[in-house]
Amino acid sequence: MTHPSPARLRWRWLVSGVAAVLLAAMAGLWLGPVRLPPGAVVLEVLDLVPGLDVDSGLDDRQAAIVTRIRLPRVVLGLLVGALLALAGGCYQGAFRNPLADPYLLGVAAGAGLGATAVLSVYRAATGTAAVPAAVPPAAFAGALGAVTLTYLVGAAGGRDRSPATLILAGVAVSAFLAAAQTYLLQRHVDTIREVYSWLLGRLAGADWGDVRLLLPYAVVTTVVVLAMRRELDVLSVGDDEAAGLGLHPQRSRYLLVGAASLGTAAAVSVAGLIGFVGIIVPHLVRLVAGSSYRVILPLSMLYGGAFLALADLAARVVDTPREVPIGVVTAFLGAPFFVLVLRTARRVPV
Amino acid sequence: MTVPTGPAVRVRGLAVSLDGAEILRGVDVEVAAGEWVIVIGPNGAGKSTLLRAIVGLVPSAGDVRLFGRDARRMRRRERARLVATVPQQPVVPPGMTVFDYTLLGRTPHLRPLGRESAADLAVATRVLQRLDLTEFADRELSTLSGGERQRVLLARALAQEAPLLLLDEPTTALDVGHQQEVLELVDELRRAGGLSVLATMHDLSLAGGYADRMVLLAAGRVVAAGPAASVLTEELLATHYRARVRVVPGDHGPLVVPVRPASAGPAGPAGDARM
Repeated sequence: MTHPSPARLRWRWLVSGVAAVLLAAMAGLWLGPVRLPPGAVVLEVLDLVPGLDVDSGLDDRQAAIVTRIRLPRVVLGLLVGALLALAGGCYQGAFRNPLADPYLLGVAAGAGLGATAVLSVYRAATGTAAVPAAVPPAAFAGALGAVTLTYLVGAAGGRDRSPATLILAGVAVSAFLAAAQTYLLQRHVDTIREVYSWLLGRLAGADWGDVRLLLPYAVVTTVVVLAMRRELDVLSVGDDEAAGLGLHPQRSRYLLVGAASLGTAAAVSVAGLIGFVGIIVPHLVRLVAGSSYRVILPLSMLYGGAFLALADLAARVVDTPREVPIGVVTAFLGAPFFVLVLRTARRVPV
Repeated sequence: MTVPTGPAVRVRGLAVSLDGAEILRGVDVEVAAGEWVIVIGPNGAGKSTLLRAIVGLVPSAGDVRLFGRDARRMRRRERARLVATVPQQPVVPPGMTVFDYTLLGRTPHLRPLGRESAADLAVATRVLQRLDLTEFADRELSTLSGGERQRVLLARALAQEAPLLLLDEPTTALDVGHQQEVLELVDELRRAGGLSVLATMHDLSLAGGYADRMVLLAAGRVVAAGPAASVLTEELLATHYRARVRVVPGDHGPLVVPVRPASAGPAGPAGDARM
């Protein structure tokens, strides 16, 4: 029997998403203060693949620029962008709120506070910098605390709250957490520089250590959220009806929000506060590929990665030889976009 | 799945309190297999709460059995394979197509974290055909009219392939033509598929025309139950709805016609004034 087609990930979208990632990666590897021939860059990267042995013709210094400076930075940008976009899409579905985003919900601020606390308190206590591995768990604790607080404050608006209520709660929570962070920094001035350079978003100076730190968290978040993407579609009909269809909506929501917050916290730990990726990317994907989270989430990861890698490229080249913080670049693009989403979000029933 | 036996619904001594307020008390309701029972009652009588308690959406005391089994001891997925609900005010997910929405009805049949098989797609396709919705399959749900949307809600519930259908005021938002269309459809499906139906309704004449039995709920208690003719009486409706009505016999059940209370005085020359 022939039947209408359900919402499924179409090959052409998947292929174009992968193409976007490859293009962004290629551009990130190729462009920079040192000019390198693009073909040689590709060969140099292929040489890293186990079992492949190709001669790129680059000298040792050039090869190091590709494999030890640009490549980890591009990979980190792809991972962080993918995670933030995935987290944004996941929050939007779990809270049935088109305005949700790791930044606007206060999750990023919570992660930032957690990370700052561990950085500054550790240094104050021991006189040495904290081990990087301690940062993500602290950021995760802060992220979970923040999203819980935002949810509770937002839910206090009662049943007839609008999408904006949750976001207003997120803004209030963010402001509170930012104040707490400032207070903490004032008490521990020796870490101010370290923390501020990281606060505004930081992919510069990324190395393979950062990638290794982020990767396990990225895998856990991705597996959990993608495995539950059909549940996000069921949640979109409301908790009562989802329960009538055999789900435990609140249980699913906790799990999804927990996973998204873990991914956000890990991304913040290595790359600082990078806003708006989680709202721009899922919304653009939704416009093109439809409203099913089964389609939105995987595509958001691809396009989120490509988007952030390109934003990082812009951060590097617009003001060479200085770098613009990447959080500034995404905010320049994201804030006007948010206004657009706000104008259309009213039509969405919650 | 075990073949369902026994009455589709058997509720004994059901009590529900929400925020300290007693909503339902000592409610007994039974729906035999293949039967259509309609619950009526004034606003706030607890009709919707009764349906919600049966599917476990609100905490309740008392005995709730579905096809002979204790509803509270069922897992949610299990219950969702026995009972499908058409809510009164559904959330319409933005951007979702009619076909995808109908497919959500297959959720209790999928493995956890699984996705729909070809058989599930076939069920949804068949249901849409059955309800004359095939041409709407790729349309977004939010673009449909009230009557079309109500049919799609029904389609999702039918895709669940549950032997018991709960309808919470399925006709309230519809004009009289669409009201009849939806109820005829439910009746047809019930006869063809052996469905049992428990519905709440406001339109008394319409309810009387379709119900095998009716239950009159007032202030959280069952005050009358039985065939339409024994529930739709002028005395009962006057007492519990504070309504002045005349009940006249119709082809399929009593017809309830509101009349203006005599104490309000004559309507004046209004009848003639239109001339």
